Formats: sequence, C-alpha cells, structure tokens
Amino acid sequence: MTIPQISPGSWWWLDAAGLERLITVLAAAGYRVVGPQVADGAVVIRDLASARDLPTGWLDEQDGGTYRLRFDPAAGTFDHVVGPHSLKNFLFPARETIAKFTRADGMWSQEELVRAEPPLAVIGVRACDLEALRIQDRVFMGGEHVDPAYAARREKLFIVAANCRRAVATCFCHSMGCGPAATHSFDLALTEHGSGMRAESGGGPSRFACEVGSDRGAEILAALGDGLDVCTPAEVAVAQAVPQELAARMHAREAEPGKPRPRSLDTEGIRDLLFDNLEHARWDDVASRCLSCTNCTLVCPTCFCASVTEVADLSGDHVERERHWASCFTLDHAKIHGHSVRSSTASRYRQWLTHKLAGWIDQFGTSGCTGCGRCITWCPVGIDITEEVAAIRGTSDATTAPGGGP
Amino acid sequence: MNTAAVTTPGAAPSQAAADPWRSHPARILRITPEVPGVRTYDLEFRDAGVRDAYRFAAGQFNMLYLPGIGEAAISISSDAAQPQVLAHTVRAVGNVTDALARLRVGDEVLLRGPYGRPWPVETLRGRHVVVVGGGLGLASQRTAICEFARHRDHYASVTILHGAKTPEGLFYTAEYAAWRAAGIEVRPAVDQGDAGWSGHVGLVTDLFADLAIDPTNAAVLCCGPDPMMTAVARAAARVGIPSGDVYVSLERNMACAVRHCGLCQFGPHFVCQDGPVFAYDSIVEFLAVPHL
Repeated sequence: MTIPQISPGSWWWLDAAGLERLITVLAAAGYRVVGPQVADGAVVIRDLASARDLPTGWLDEQDGGTYRLRFDPAAGTFDHVVGPHSLKNFLFPARETIAKFTRADGMWSQEELVRAEPPLAVIGVRACDLEALRIQDRVFMGGEHVDPAYAARREKLFIVAANCRRAVATCFCHSMGCGPAATHSFDLALTEHGSGMRAESGGGPSRFACEVGSDRGAEILAALGDGLDVCTPAEVAVAQAVPQELAARMHAREAEPGKPRPRSLDTEGIRDLLFDNLEHARWDDVASRCLSCTNCTLVCPTCFCASVTEVADLSGDHVERERHWASCFTLDHAKIHGHSVRSSTASRYRQWLTHKLAGWIDQFGTSGCTGCGRCITWCPVGIDITEEVAAIRGTSDATTAPGGGP
Repeated sequence: MNTAAVTTPGAAPSQAAADPWRSHPARILRITPEVPGVRTYDLEFRDAGVRDAYRFAAGQFNMLYLPGIGEAAISISSDAAQPQVLAHTVRAVGNVTDALARLRVGDEVLLRGPYGRPWPVETLRGRHVVVVGGGLGLASQRTAICEFARHRDHYASVTILHGAKTPEGLFYTAEYAAWRAAGIEVRPAVDQGDAGWSGHVGLVTDLFADLAIDPTNAAVLCCGPDPMMTAVARAAARVGIPSGDVYVSLERNMACAVRHCGLCQFGPHFVCQDGPVFAYDSIVEFLAVPHL
C-alpha cells in the first residue's frame, strides 16, 4: 500500500482543530499570522492569534456604497467575501520608509535600511486577491527596477487561500477571468465543507479540504503532525466543484427586483473601447457624482500610485523618505510646477478607469482589475465601474455624438 | 543608480539587485545664471567610483534630491562625452527648485539616474535635424546639440529653432557663436522683441516655412509645453516632414522615475521610462486630449 505524501498537488482534510494547529504552526515557524476578523462593523485583515478570531458565521451584504455584516449561524468560517483590506495593505503598506539620510560635518550620506520584519502568513486569501497579488508582482518586481521592500516581503509571504462558495452582488471576478477558484500563488488552499456553528444533518462543524500548492505549504502542513487524512479522489472532486458551481451561479445571475444588481464586466476589446472614448460625455456624467474622495483607490488591491514625503527630525540632520499611497483623484497626483494636468474630476476619474482597465494592459500585459468589487462597495456615492464601462460601451458608436469631455 | 545599467542608456538591463532609491552626493562645481529665475548647476559626484561609472545619453534626466525638502526630475544638459560633470538647468518654481536656488558652489545635492529614453541621436545620421526648443525645453536638447556640433558632418544639416517670450528669455545665447561655428544654424524667435532685436518676432513654428531642407530626409526633436508639441508637429507636416519623423520630450509629475509611483502616467505610458522622449506618432492620440 502506498502511503500518501504531503506534497504539492495533494489534498488533505483539516478539521477545526487542524485549522487552529495551522495557525499555531505558522506562528511557531516565525510567521506573523494575519487573517480576516470582524472589527468596526467590517471584515478586516488583522493579526490572528487563534482560529476563533476568524469571522465564523458572519456574512457580508455588499452593494454600491453599502457594506453590512449579519450573523447567520448556518454560515461557515469563510462565507464572507472581501472587506476593505487586501494583501496590498501588507505587501505595499500605506506608509513606509524607503530611504534614510544622515548629515555629518555638512555632508549627507545614505544609511542602509534594515528590514527586520517577520515573514507574513495570510489566512483566507480569495482568488481575486491572488490575482491582485500577481498584478502587483508585475508592477513592483516585473520590470527593469525591483522595489526592494515589496520584494523582500513577497519572497517570504505564505498564503493560505480560501475558495469562495458565496459571492455578493458586487463580485465580478468570474467576468474578469480570475475567480472564484483559487488556482495559483497559494501555499495552501482551503475549501470549506459544512458550517462553522451548526451541525448539518449528519455532519459536524466545518472542515476544510486543503490543497497543497507549494513545497513550503507541504512543509507547514507536515508540521501539523500525524493523523491528517488524505482526501479521496472523490472528495477532491467534490471540493473542486465548490468554486466551479459558484462560478456557474455567478455567470447565471440575473437582476431581481428589490435586490442588488449582480455585477459583471464585458472586457471584450476594452482597451480600445476606452482609449477611443477619452472625450465621451459619460466622463462628465460620472464626475457629477464622484466626490474625488480616493476611497476606490485606497481599497483597490492593485492601485499602486505613491508619493514620497520628507520626514526630518528637529536638527534636520536625520531625514527619512516616507513613501505613501497616492491617488489619481487628487490634484497633487498630476501637478507640474504649480498646476495640475488633471484639473477636473472628470479627467481624474477618466485617468483611474482608463488606467485600470486599458493602460494597464499596455503597461503590464494584464488588466488592473480583478473583479473584487471593493471600489463599488466603498464608494460613498456608489459609483460602479461595471456600469460606467457599460455606459461607454453602450453609446460608443460614432453615431452618438460624444462631447463635453473633461 | 546602477552603474551596469547606465552604460547602455535607453536599454533595459536588469537592475534586480539595485535599490532604486539609492542617491549619491554630488558637489556643485559651478552655478551659471541663465535667464531670470533659471540657473545651470554643474555637478560632480563626490564618490570617484560613482563618477567614473556614470554614463548618460542626450535627453535623459536625473532625480536631484535635497534631504528634508524633496526630489525633482531635471534633464541633464551637458556634453555626454564628459559625464564627470553633469549640468542641470533649473527654473526655481517649487519647493525643491527654490531650495536649490539658495545653494552655493561647494554645497552638495544628492543625485540618482540617469533615467528615461534618450533622443534618437545616432539613428538620425545622414538626415536634416531640426531641434525645436520652447524656453527651458532647450535644456533637454543641449546634450544632443553637443553631439551634433561634434559630429556635424554626420548630419545633412542641423537647425535649432528656439522660442522664448522675450530676447532675455532665450537660453544658452553665449553658446550660439560656437554652435554656428560648428555649422549649426541657430534661429531664435521671440513673442516680443526689444530695441536690439533683429531676429524673428512670432511663433517658433513660423520658422518652418524658411527651412531649406529635404523634408523627406529630416527629423524634428521638439521639447516645450504640450500644446507646442502639437503645433510643431503640424508645422512640420505643412512643410512635408512626416509625423513619424517627429520626436517630442514630455514633462510630468514624478516621485520615483522607475515606473513604480504611477504619477507620470500619460495615457498608457510612463513618462519616466517610456519617455520622456517619445516618437510623436506613438502619443499623438493622447496629446490631442485635454487634461489627460
């Protein structure tokens, strides 16, 4: 009889105790373990001491400008979808020091930066955020210059993905071709069975079919100790069907009266569609609603714009260069000697949307959008990227006179 | 600055090991007043190893850094054959450039670079070259002019069309005699002349009509405000120079110069790395759109 090996491509069962052990083993291996938790009325990503901190039983309802949590004892541990945080918050933090300078005897010298952060393990990463990771990898590591801070964190990153078995109305990963199944970039991937709180007929609380995605994932799983049950081929097929069935449901979703409209985005020819309509009247229309608040760029898991601020001590002899997130919705983003190239909200919204869905393709060979829907949910006025594209697509033929651009 | 990278400007060598935020101290050797509010700073790296390894090409830029104040992208405007001393012509118009204006000879700044795609100087050999510089735009072309002057016989002709508001706003006037002696035609144009002015009064684009060149074997290198680029391309087209032979250099906000900060985006392009020099044809659809 062949004894199954814990190796990439193999599947193993984790019960609730196994999930707890996974967190313990990761922490013991030196990882800072973070994962989804309920805080301030949302599921956010924070340091995780125990699987008990995970949002078991919590469901999110999302729509344009709306995010609500509700407790459902039938819900599992990962039946919420995505909150305002993503891997970006950890790999490309909102603020960080990128260089240090010291002056002695009137002469400046640059200090070596000591990067002593522990490696990071993230629990519960969704397919859309795995795609966002792949996109940000291209931005920060795929070109001529590599960002050392990002690369150092990325190299040591440990990912425990969670396959979605539920989508909210703002989810449209299925139409961006990157979800809901977790298919890459993870060390381990969990597919939940059962519910976290309430025994189903004949079953217990959740257990997780755990797919091994890397050698590092295999090592960690092996460190959980003996007694892991391997998934049978039939059980693997059942687990693999979970995100596939969700994908089918997402493709089949239709608008129902009184319910949030299920989103999808038609990406056919989208680069040329947008660049051919830079002076479309719709930019003024959306600008009449947009507050230029920058929320969409902050919650977007791929937005990477940044600016640098000088932070000096009182003597002026010690200066840190602090990189912080920037947003194309601010006037500062496009300033050149005293004025902003993009002085109108219309021009700034146009920059954001055309960069995300069109320019990105030229720059990085991929869309900048993963269909996570965060920009729709967290927009205070509910501007919907899928609706804006549909509006431009719907009236983009030459017979409809565009006009009044930014 | 990665020394391996700067030996082949405009190419894309691997810089995986280099910290893109590494800046090197450089001493101000000389400060030359140009036009009111504008000075040229000749800089020399303090570290001999950095100095000896540094190479740049015409049209590239450096990030000039003053700790505690900030960084600014500034074209290199000196002769690339003498890369030990790097000239930067700077107008005091913001935090960093105002602070720079308070520095003296012997003070230090920090510097990283060079960045960006250069002017296609080498590929223009055998052709009529028309350099069109609006105001301070000429600074990004001065290195190319040094090349043209040194190898004037490699080009069918070289003409500089330089526009300014007034005669005192013209750049590098002290060098016109040397450029002319090298066989370069220098034709300034001003919006408003003064008592001593005998040159053209009007737009720099007016001067295209008088060019005695074969437009089918010509190239235009243009740097100035965005609207001027479009006007120059149109003026070139009117005398028969195809838009495919027009090159422009753009200016945008920049924090990193290495394609990471996103601030310099222009349509699908990052001006820091895809530019600042662009083939006009590759960006014409975007130049035509206001506030892009």
